[in-house]
Amino acid sequence: MKEYFSRFAIENADDPMIIGAQISIALVTIGIIVGLTYFKKWGYLWRTWLTTVDHKKIGIMYILAALLMLFRGGVDALLMRAQTAIPDNGLLDAQHYNEIFTTHGVIMILFMAMPFIIGLMNVVVPLQIGARDVAFPRLNAVSFWLFFIGAMLFNISFVIGGSPDAGWTAYFPLAGNDYSHTVGMNYYAIAIQIAGIGTLMTGINFITTIMKMRAPGMTLMKMPMFTWSILITNLIIVFAFPVLTIALALMTMDRLFGTHFFSIDNGGMDMLWANLFWIWGHPEVYIVILPAFGIFSEIITTFAQRNLYGYKSMVFSMVAISALSFVVWTHHFYTMGHGVVVNGFFSITTMAIAVPTGVKIFNWLLTLWKGKIHFTVPMLYAMGFIPIFVIGGVTGVMLAMASADYQYHNTMFLVAHFHYVLIPGTVFGVLAGFTFWWPKIFGFSLSERIGKWAFWFIAISFNVTFFPLFISGLSGQARRMYTYSENAGFTIYNMISFVGALGLAFGFLLIVYNIYWSTRYAKRHLTEDPWNGRSLEWATHSPVPEYNFAIIPQVDSTEAFWDQKEHGKELFKGNIEPIHMPNNSGQPFIMSAIFFVFGFAMVFSMWIVAIISAIGIFACMWYRSFENDHGHYIPVEEIEATERKSGVIANED
Amino acid sequence: MKIDHSVPKEYATEENRLKIFGFWIFIGAEVALFGTLFATYLTLVGHTATGPTGSEIFEIGPVLIETFVLLTSSFLIGLSVHAMRLGNKKAMLTFLGLTLLLGLTFLGVEIYEFTTYVHEGAGLQTSAFTAALLTLLGTHGAHVTLGLFWGLAIIIQVSKRGITPETANKSFIFSLYWHFLDVIWIFIFSFVYLKGLM
Amino acid sequence: MRKKWFLSLLVVLLIPMLSGCNVLVLNPQGPHAETQANVIKISIITMAFILLVVYSLFIFMLTKYRASKQDPNYKPPHIEGSKVLETIWIMIPVLIVAFLSILTVRSTSDVEATPKSMQDEKPLIIYASSSNWKWHFSYPEENIETVNYVNIPAKRPVEFKLYSFNTMTSFWVPQLAGQKYAMANMVNTLHMAADHPGSYFGRNANFNGKGFANMDFEVQAMTAKEYDKWVSEVKSTAKPITKPEFDKLLKDSHVGLKTYTGTHLEFDPAPTSHQHSGGQDEPEDMEGHEGHDMSKMEHDKK
Repeated sequence: MKEYFSRFAIENADDPMIIGAQISIALVTIGIIVGLTYFKKWGYLWRTWLTTVDHKKIGIMYILAALLMLFRGGVDALLMRAQTAIPDNGLLDAQHYNEIFTTHGVIMILFMAMPFIIGLMNVVVPLQIGARDVAFPRLNAVSFWLFFIGAMLFNISFVIGGSPDAGWTAYFPLAGNDYSHTVGMNYYAIAIQIAGIGTLMTGINFITTIMKMRAPGMTLMKMPMFTWSILITNLIIVFAFPVLTIALALMTMDRLFGTHFFSIDNGGMDMLWANLFWIWGHPEVYIVILPAFGIFSEIITTFAQRNLYGYKSMVFSMVAISALSFVVWTHHFYTMGHGVVVNGFFSITTMAIAVPTGVKIFNWLLTLWKGKIHFTVPMLYAMGFIPIFVIGGVTGVMLAMASADYQYHNTMFLVAHFHYVLIPGTVFGVLAGFTFWWPKIFGFSLSERIGKWAFWFIAISFNVTFFPLFISGLSGQARRMYTYSENAGFTIYNMISFVGALGLAFGFLLIVYNIYWSTRYAKRHLTEDPWNGRSLEWATHSPVPEYNFAIIPQVDSTEAFWDQKEHGKELFKGNIEPIHMPNNSGQPFIMSAIFFVFGFAMVFSMWIVAIISAIGIFACMWYRSFENDHGHYIPVEEIEATERKSGVIANED
Repeated sequence: MKIDHSVPKEYATEENRLKIFGFWIFIGAEVALFGTLFATYLTLVGHTATGPTGSEIFEIGPVLIETFVLLTSSFLIGLSVHAMRLGNKKAMLTFLGLTLLLGLTFLGVEIYEFTTYVHEGAGLQTSAFTAALLTLLGTHGAHVTLGLFWGLAIIIQVSKRGITPETANKSFIFSLYWHFLDVIWIFIFSFVYLKGLM
Repeated sequence: MRKKWFLSLLVVLLIPMLSGCNVLVLNPQGPHAETQANVIKISIITMAFILLVVYSLFIFMLTKYRASKQDPNYKPPHIEGSKVLETIWIMIPVLIVAFLSILTVRSTSDVEATPKSMQDEKPLIIYASSSNWKWHFSYPEENIETVNYVNIPAKRPVEFKLYSFNTMTSFWVPQLAGQKYAMANMVNTLHMAADHPGSYFGRNANFNGKGFANMDFEVQAMTAKEYDKWVSEVKSTAKPITKPEFDKLLKDSHVGLKTYTGTHLEFDPAPTSHQHSGGQDEPEDMEGHEGHDMSKMEHDKK
């Protein structure tokens, strides 16, 4: 019996951090359960959140989860920077450090950046195209809950069984059973797999939504740029994520069923994992950056009060970037010994991506030309993005050159490069989008004053944290080193970096404080259009009613709402009619809960539980197939009442 | 729900059109999925270690039966959709049922094939080649198995509820899925068996 | 915003400084590292030029078109785009990419071969194989073996034949050449040469578990005479490497510096270079260093 349960134990169970984490998780869980019971909110929780199929609520849940994961990933980062701040530091031993950088990478990319972006796309895209919801609302809920339990499964590894420790890239044979013998890498394979299924469903959902549910008159070339970026991003998702699905499945089979896909014996090929991982992995980083580009297009046009310069080339550049993103993967391992021809080819394709990206930078700069620039918090992020991201971009071109990469590869130079594109790109983008669309969702704005402080702390501290790492990489500091000796000469760079990390942490804390402060003190319901916006989401109420628009708008330009304001073009013609909406459902949540059990059972090779829960998942699908749920209609009187309460926007005559 | 009577029932409502479009995109994802499995197989096909090679274990007999059975089932489901469009519920269900029966036959032969391989020393754990082979074939087979249950659910719904825009939509989408599995099989037949036996 | 522009200026100024500091990559001591350092410097200058253009435009736009500097009634015009400008900022980057591509292909081809300045010398072949967490250096020509340090003759091309007994590692001596992966089942060749005698830092650059951070080694380049003297010293004083001794080396996590006569290649040959045929070679190759056995041993040792 003891042997059976010992598989759940952590290797160094008496570590204070692990015990602390276990206690906090237990306390928080108990706190949540007690709180919900005391305030009698179980019903509310179930009806309003756990069973919702409303894209706006789903979006909020994604973003909330992303913020929580940002916190966990950020703590990981601080610990790493603290450990490496001085040579031969004893704060974290090798095993801990290895677990921490592995979880930092997985969490930040897959459980912070992805859900943040998917959350924003959920909230905004149906509004921007004048639709009432996404094409498949029930599937949308499944997407969210699968992501959520995938994230939960991943996070619980810290306290049950042990975290993964082979890097977020999980190269073999290190990630195989022989050299990673705890269940940590099982968590990696299975939690990401489950969350990935959710993401794939999002891909199908949003392509269908954008292609088929746009308001009348909104041709593809009249869509807002954020929606364009989301369309292209989801196309990448649909073709890239299945590669990850297979890669993780093969990894699971190697680890759990003794197969030899990636092993170094019996014909296995460790290089195959690297190839499959990066065939997914490179498109993945474009999945997280393109939406940020879309957000910046919205923000720059809004706060320069100008139309987007070069709309067509902005679209084509994103198409080019997405296509090229599938043919560059080998640049992640030039040093694997491919030879000059292969490395030369991939160097060229990789550098080629700089061209459409450069087009976008210039188009943004020219959008500022003859504009009227207001430095609101979202605009500050956009203006911080341009100069800082470009450093990431040009260092990317440097890394693309194979011969030079033989020196840069796997050093802190690489780490600095990708943080220079991910943070000023993706993170600034989602923070800007979050601030920008917050008032639309909640009916009040975040404090500009606190937001500006947060921005400056983050923007400056970011450079302090990561710029020195370019130099330490060139000095010989490889990545993923838990410590280094004094005579290596890396100390000064890492110490400066640590100071910057403290500044970054403070900046992020200010953002959290901003949410608290604004929720408590900000004035409510001042206006539905706080930023003088240009696209359709600003043409409805704040907060947005369940049905989004009482009357579907009719569009004939790229900036439909702006044209209504400036040129009096009427958006909402005709009468209010009953609106068909989908019903809530508990199935996505329940099926995902069963998926959690399945995933957990697989991690610990509990085959009977796994089989039973797998049957349970199929039973849910069977039940769904026979379901006769056709949604409901919102009667005209109710719509009119809601419209009156929010201040009439739609015509009633 | 607005029903457009000028198009076949499976396309007749907006929701129906969305579902068909979404399913085509799903098929795009499945192409990427099977593409990866094929790429893995073709990379590892020579990595036989101490285990057997394809030419040593492939038998053309069962493979031909599998191919004939699956291709015929695809034809039959085409007939089923045609009958559905003509409003002939009985014919539709008959053809659909025969499709699933042939699918079951396919699976039976494939299971026989797998057990034979294992007895011959070509198991999942034998070599990278056998792992890739059995995973590619097995994923296709798992898709067929899922299809059997899905098709069964549709048969039950159509017999109970008749041919409605909803059931027509489900049946049509199922037929897309089934045809897709057939296309994958053609690639398997060509790049796994034929190539292995040459 | 000006702060960001200042940063790029800093980068440009840093180049000469960095060569002076301990920035190994920009302080090359061998022909291939020098090729790479030159490529890096050229790319830094090219990229700095791009940053200059972007930052200038950026600062101009922000200073000139700030709302605070304008008439409150000013309404920005609708400007759709300009085919001319678009063409310019596509063509110039294309030219830059083309230039860098040619530079890349040329330099990559250079560093993947014997250094041009040493073409008429016979390369010295040394096998560098990694196990968790150490480097084994086998010198087939001299018939000696060292662990965690390697001596080479200066001014002579060296071909390191890289492979691994288990995890994927990356053999990197920043001042002499770029790095290359050492993997099980195949052998990679890394060309390297030292211009002068000296001590050069080397390490594994690919994370491979607990002992990764300490997996470094010293490369000492010596004059030809000193090198030959060292080899004969080893031959006369060191013990021969035996299979049991080697198996123990493989199993232990950290073994310090060791020297032997003979090489392990005699009883444990390297993988054949191209394993496309997969299986046939493997059972014999893997006998001495099967993944399974070693890992269990390593985890028992903390």
